Amino acid sequence: MTPKSKDPTSKPEATKADELWELRLYVAGQTPKSVAAFDNLKQLCEEMLQGRYSIEVIDLLKNPRLAREDQILAIPTVVRRLPVPIRQLIGDLSDTQAVIVGLDVVPRHQVEASP
Amino acid sequence: MDKGSKGRRSREALATPVLPKTPTGITGLDELTGGGLPRGRSTLLCGSAGAGKTLLAMEFLVRGATEFNEPGVFLSFEENVDELSTNFASLGHDLPALIAQGKLSIDEVRLERADIVETGEYDLEGLFIRLGYAIDSIGAKRVALDTIEALFAGLTDSGVLRAELRRLFRWLKTKGVTAIVTAERGQAGLTPHGLEEYVADCVILLDSRVIGELATRRLRVVKYRGSAHGTNEYPYLIDEGGISILPVTSMRIDYEASTEHVSSGVPLLDAMLGGEGYYRASSVLISGTAGTGKTSLAAHFAQASAQRGERCLWFAFEESLSQIVRNMRSIGVDLAPAVERGVLRVHSERPTMFGLEMHLLMIRRLVDEFQPRSVIIDPISNFAMVGDAVEVKVLLMRLVDFFKTRGITSLFTNLMTGEMQEKTQAGVASLIDTWLLLRDIEIGAERNRALYLLKSRGMAHSNQVREFLLTDHGVELQDAYVGKSGGLLMGSALMVQRAQDEAHAVAAAQKTDLLRRNLELRQQAVEAQIAVLRAQLELERTTALSEIARDDERSAVLEDDRARMASHRHAVDPDVRGTETPETGGST
Repeated sequence: MTPKSKDPTSKPEATKADELWELRLYVAGQTPKSVAAFDNLKQLCEEMLQGRYSIEVIDLLKNPRLAREDQILAIPTVVRRLPVPIRQLIGDLSDTQAVIVGLDVVPRHQVEASP
Repeated sequence: MDKGSKGRRSREALATPVLPKTPTGITGLDELTGGGLPRGRSTLLCGSAGAGKTLLAMEFLVRGATEFNEPGVFLSFEENVDELSTNFASLGHDLPALIAQGKLSIDEVRLERADIVETGEYDLEGLFIRLGYAIDSIGAKRVALDTIEALFAGLTDSGVLRAELRRLFRWLKTKGVTAIVTAERGQAGLTPHGLEEYVADCVILLDSRVIGELATRRLRVVKYRGSAHGTNEYPYLIDEGGISILPVTSMRIDYEASTEHVSSGVPLLDAMLGGEGYYRASSVLISGTAGTGKTSLAAHFAQASAQRGERCLWFAFEESLSQIVRNMRSIGVDLAPAVERGVLRVHSERPTMFGLEMHLLMIRRLVDEFQPRSVIIDPISNFAMVGDAVEVKVLLMRLVDFFKTRGITSLFTNLMTGEMQEKTQAGVASLIDTWLLLRDIEIGAERNRALYLLKSRGMAHSNQVREFLLTDHGVELQDAYVGKSGGLLMGSALMVQRAQDEAHAVAAAQKTDLLRRNLELRQQAVEAQIAVLRAQLELERTTALSEIARDDERSAVLEDDRARMASHRHAVDPDVRGTETPETGGST
């Protein structure tokens, strides 16, 4: 398992440069929460993962089958498909601190180095 | 349940629209819910771990799919498809096949709090979409959510969860599916998270408790809005046949009373029972202390049943089949042919194997399988090892009810311990139609067996105490022998009395004979005397007659002489002479 970041206040610029971030945002139609989630995710990625991320928005109303396949319960949900392991974040991503921890955007080597 | 109120309600139900119900197909459950779960609504199924929630929920779907052509969706929060398939394969359900046929859909919801990070406001629309998609894709009519409370473990925002659950159950109603929602058992309320507040139409409680080292499972319908239902706790069983519930206490006393008789196998006992034996479909209790011959009497009954060609199922809780056959052979009752012909089946089991409910269900299942006309349970007292007196009584009541509704004659034996008297068994006895008591009686430094017919409903029966003998050609009943003191005589005392009586009888017979012979002799003597007297009389008569003749002759001679003398003198005229003659005759 990926060790969780013990220090969420670590500097974002420390992210590993060669990692590609593949993110999926699951929504169910254009709800305010979904829109907010997309905006929050986009903003965070721009700040921390610029040029190294992709966001795919999946509307479960159009692809209901994917809810089961990708184990989605809550809306909105963000799934970090890469880097592995897969991580799931639910909610409108308004809690930035939690998003940083959840997506584990803090590089692993830094966490391991710090006591 | 109150018989009257049920009847009234069902009549009312005819007048007003009946609450539509979805049959579960689960043995007993439909019976006690009056037809199944509320159609198009959600039923909360709560119970502790291992109570069989998942099993019941899945069986509801599987039976729906296979028996009622109603596909179902199983939303599993705890087990995955492989685990469920394996578990249910052992119960004879092929889940993968049902899934392939589009009759069942299993969706496993993986929810690990550690893997999920909450970052703000959310709802459970994803769950709705998933479920909705699964329902629509196979046209499901049934849904099981097992265990939805896992959401509370996986997600922290209970406020959102509650709101979403409320919405979920409303939504399920609009989907028109009949749902089972399982939940753990709570400490204070029914469930830890108060799900009963949301799923208010029907609540079923599964309870698994351990009493005396034996797990007993019970089901109770806590609530069923708009419907009558059995309110008691009903035992249920999980085994290779799936889940079965036994709502026997809801049974009513309305079985047909048979006027047919079945032989007890002992002719003199039949005679005591109004001449023909027990009533068919009646319940017979044979109680007695150890070694009084209860099993032997039961064996006679079994043999008589086999001889009539009727099946008999013998539940032996003390002995094995071979033991029974051997022991009964020693008293001249050979059960082996009946066993070979398949008319007698002996099911041996230790009562401590499992709890009372399990026994009850096992008995019921075997009866369904073997279809006997009579059943022997030997002995019921061993159930006391696995239940208290009240429970045993309830068990017995259920058994009696069950057998009566099936028209099965039931014979129970009951081992009494020394200090137990008839009174202490009165509770049990009230359920019994014919009660035989076998008892040791101590007379003249020996123990003898006596049979009392304590009661026999609906027949003129003997009130006499009989001596009960176990001979090498079976059970024999001796006519009661009341001694001079008024007490019952049996055993050697009886033999002594018999010998004495015989001697008396011989003596009396001899005396009579003597009297008769004396009489004959006397008669002969008297008759001889009569003959002698008659001979004497005859002799006397002849003598007298000859004397008379002689006298007549003499007087005639005299007359002649006189006449001659007169004629000689010419003194008398012939007319005078004529008148004088009779005078002379009269004087002679």
